[in-house]
Formats: sequence, C-alpha cells, structure tokens
Amino acid sequence: MVLVFTEINKNRIKKSSLECVQYAAKIAALTGGNVTALVNQASAEHLEELGKAGANTILNMNISDLGSDHILSCAAVEHAVKHSSAKVIVFAFDIAGKAIAPRLSARLKAGLVAGATELPAVNGAAFEVKKNVFSGKANAIYSIHSEMKIIALLPNSFPVVLSENKALVQEFQPDLSAVKSRITIKETKTNATGGMAPLPEADLVVSAGRGMKGPENWGMIEELATSLGATTACSRPVADLHWRPHHEHVGQTGVAIRPNLYIAVGISGAIQHLAGVNGSKTIVVINNDKEAPFFKSADYGIIGDAFTIVPKLTEAIKKFKAHQN
Amino acid sequence: MKILVAISNVPDTTTKIQFSDNNTKFNAAGVTFIINPYDEWYALVRALELKEANLAEKVTLIHVGLPDGDATIRKGLALGADDAVRIDSEGPDSFYVAEQIAAYAKEKGYELILTGKETINYNGSSVAGMIAGILDLPLISLATKLDVAGVKITAEHDIDGGSRVVECDLPAVVSCAKGMAEQRIPNMRGIMAARTKPLEVVKPIDSAPLTSIKSFDLNPGRTSCKLLGEDQLDELVKLLHTEAKVI
Repeated sequence: MVLVFTEINKNRIKKSSLECVQYAAKIAALTGGNVTALVNQASAEHLEELGKAGANTILNMNISDLGSDHILSCAAVEHAVKHSSAKVIVFAFDIAGKAIAPRLSARLKAGLVAGATELPAVNGAAFEVKKNVFSGKANAIYSIHSEMKIIALLPNSFPVVLSENKALVQEFQPDLSAVKSRITIKETKTNATGGMAPLPEADLVVSAGRGMKGPENWGMIEELATSLGATTACSRPVADLHWRPHHEHVGQTGVAIRPNLYIAVGISGAIQHLAGVNGSKTIVVINNDKEAPFFKSADYGIIGDAFTIVPKLTEAIKKFKAHQN
Repeated sequence: MKILVAISNVPDTTTKIQFSDNNTKFNAAGVTFIINPYDEWYALVRALELKEANLAEKVTLIHVGLPDGDATIRKGLALGADDAVRIDSEGPDSFYVAEQIAAYAKEKGYELILTGKETINYNGSSVAGMIAGILDLPLISLATKLDVAGVKITAEHDIDGGSRVVECDLPAVVSCAKGMAEQRIPNMRGIMAARTKPLEVVKPIDSAPLTSIKSFDLNPGRTSCKLLGEDQLDELVKLLHTEAKVI
C-alpha cells in the first residue's frame, strides 16, 4: 500500500500533490497494492482530480487548523499510515513535505529519500531511489533499509497524465486530541504574484538580473512573461537591491526551480545561481557579455542588448501564439 | 538559554565534483571543505547575534564527522561560537546524524537547536525535522527571521505563496534560510582565540542508519549552447517549439 500526503492551495490541489499521486500509482504498480491519498477539506472537484491522478482511495479529513502546525499534520499522516497499512509514504519535497516527512521518518524509523527525481527500482527487498545531490551537479542512488519507506518527490520531476479513474472517498477523522499544537500563528503575509503560477510549480519562467540596470526596466520582462504565460523570477543581487521582491529570487539561497523553460536575461550565471536552476529542461540565455559563464550552461543563447532583444522576442512569441490559434 | 548550532562539513560551492571507488564514494582529494553555508551564514551568525544581544548565554557547535572536519569546526569557533563538540562518526545518513545531535542536545539541556535549511552536498533538508521528531519538539522550518523573548521564540518562515510569523515556546528546533542574518568574516582575534576554545570529541550513541548511498553519477550538464543572432528570434521561438518542445 502506498499513502500520499496531498495539499490544497488557492482552492486547487497543488500540482506537486498531483505529481505525487501519479508517482505513487506507478510505485503501487511496481510493488502491488493500492494508492491512498490523504487530503484535508477537499471539495467534490478536488476529490475527482485526485482520482484522475491515480488515487484508489481518498481519506478526506475535516480539520480546520491542520495547516497551522506540522506536528498536527504529522500525527494525521501517522493515523492514515495505520488506517491504510501503508508501507510506502510519498510527500512532495516542498515546504510542507520538508517539515513533515523528516519528522515522520524519525517517528516511524522509516528511511527517507528527500528530493527523489525518479521512480524507485524495486527488486525483492531492495528498494532504491535516485535523487539530486551536490546541488544538482550529481545524482545518488539511495537504498532504503527499513520496512517502511518515505519518499519526498522533487516538484516538476514527474509528469501528470490524468485518466478517467475514480477514487473511493472515505471521510477520515483521525483522533488528534492527544496532540497539542505548539506553534501559534501571529500573522500571515501573502506574496503579490498576480495570476502567475507559483515559482516551484511553474513550467515556464522568465528571469532577469542586474543587466536590466534598474527596477524601472522590468516592464519588458513582465511583458515577455505574459506573452508566454510564464512566472517572473530574478537573480540574488536583484532581490538584495530590492528591485524585485525576495520571493522571486531563484538560486541556491533562494528558490530552487526546474521548469520546462528558463529564460535568463542579463544574468551572468554564477555557480550559486546555476545550482538553483540547472534542473530546468531548457535554458535560454540573453546577455550582452559573450564571456558570461551562463552560456556554458545554456541550450540556446543570444549575445546582445537585452533592451533590444526582449521586446522583439515578446513580439516573436505573440506572432507564434497568434499563428497557433 | 543555550543554543546548539549543527554544522556540516561540505565541499566548497565551486568544487568540481568527482567520485571514486567505482562511483560509490565522493572523491575528497584536493577539495576545499567549508562550513555548510546555510549553517554558517544564517544559523551560526544569528545564534551569535542573539548571544551578543544577551538573549543567549552560550553558543555551542555540534558536528557529526571524522577528525578531518576539525579545521571546519575551528572556523566556526573563529566566528565566535564558545565551544564545540564533534561526534566521532562518519555520519552515514541523516537519521543517524539527527539521533546523535538529538541525544547530545537532550543530555546537555540545549533549549534552541539551529541548523541550516539544507546542506549543499546532500540537499536533504531533513536533519532539523528529524531532531524535532526524535525529541518531540516544535520545528520552525525554513525560517527567515528569528527572535527570542524569554522562554518564547518568534520566527518568520515561508509558506506556499507567502510567509507566516509564528511563536512557540522553547525548547525548539529551527532550520534557517536566507534573510535571518548576514555572512561574517572571522577576524584575526577570533582566529587566534579559536585555537584554544574547547573542542570536545564524543563517541556516537548506538544508532542504525535507515538509508545508504549505493552509487553516484554526475549530471552531464549542457555540452553546447546554440547561439543565435539578434535577428533570429522567430527562429528561436520555432526551436523552442519544435526542437526543445517547451512552448
């Protein structure tokens, strides 16, 4: 049995959660057994979507303050593990997964592979999972020795193909009365992201650096992003200079992303920046310095002035999109 | 209030990664090791700031590793930590490491345990959460701000699409990310003082790792960049559609 922890954000099942359900379904096909998805306060549409992603059973909880403290979420998962007799538990390697999966690993003495990028190889008792190490420069194959196993899947590593599958839905009320939340929320702040996909989930990202010379020049970056339906991002110096908000900073100390397409404008490509974006499927670099190290890590490059190229690229994309429709 | 800062000994960010023994071991030959940047810049420096503001009595470094990590520990002492302990074990996996740190913190009564948000070698973001799980303590994960007031801590941490200001009682575990503090450079006085600061070496407690690494492989990276001219943007869009298949 495989159990998946899933989350709803902005009234949608998170994309990373759907990836985990699909990933779990593929594991269940390898190991035998079914997939149970755990979710809190899901609507009929959410439940349908989890089913289409591959869940056989859904445990739908109704706990109003579950998201306030990882201790509560972890306890709820433990109850679901018992209820479903799960031997493999899947999380997304995202904000919640990074907090809950290690806690669960310690409590159940279940080996954890944090940041898996591929399906496990299962052969008898051997259970091996590949993950990124050395900040994307290498991969390692981990063996999990414990009977119970936890995998935290790196977002954007596993494609989701929805089917017509329907899941059996059960109301699930784990008894958490003995578990005390110990974290009090004083304030919640929301990033202003417009309608863009959140960076860790975005398929298309347009990012810009100090080469843009000042925050007043970001209009053309936003227009390029809009033409593609992409999310905007920036390099560390740009966030540190407060040209752009901190939540847009991608790189080793900021958000690590792996979109299908990463367009970097006026970013030299320091190793710390690459560590956060080198998992992107395709990288396009636009820079006026032909010696910029980023060209060595790019698939496509244009040497030239961003202020001329970016508006022209936006036009080219608009033309392409109009032609497609 | 005593703070325990867990530090990891990692290859410098710019290291060219290589493996040995038929790709089963990291090849450390000629590699410069440093304190894991998140442990140093954010966890350790914030701990030192709290001590300087008289909000903590003592800052202790803990490292699970072999004697070749002592130079890295001394660098942490040079930055201003009061003392250090090294648990004498290779630290085969994150659960094993977390068990060692948890046992030491409990025995010695540390009320605040800080780690970086992840290590730059294994990128697991796991040790802080495991320590919290072992000791049944609250965890503030990926914190970007941290303040102490008596027996309470206030912290800010990222959530999906925003951030949250939270409060909890000590003892607690906090994993530290960018925003919490600024990198410091050790001065000569700190470097001299570090030589005589206590570095205790402790035998590990009994524990069994739950995972092991079977093999490594290098990501090939990108081998050639297709360069296009400023007047070939339609061509670029076409390539992104037909060749890269990303739009």
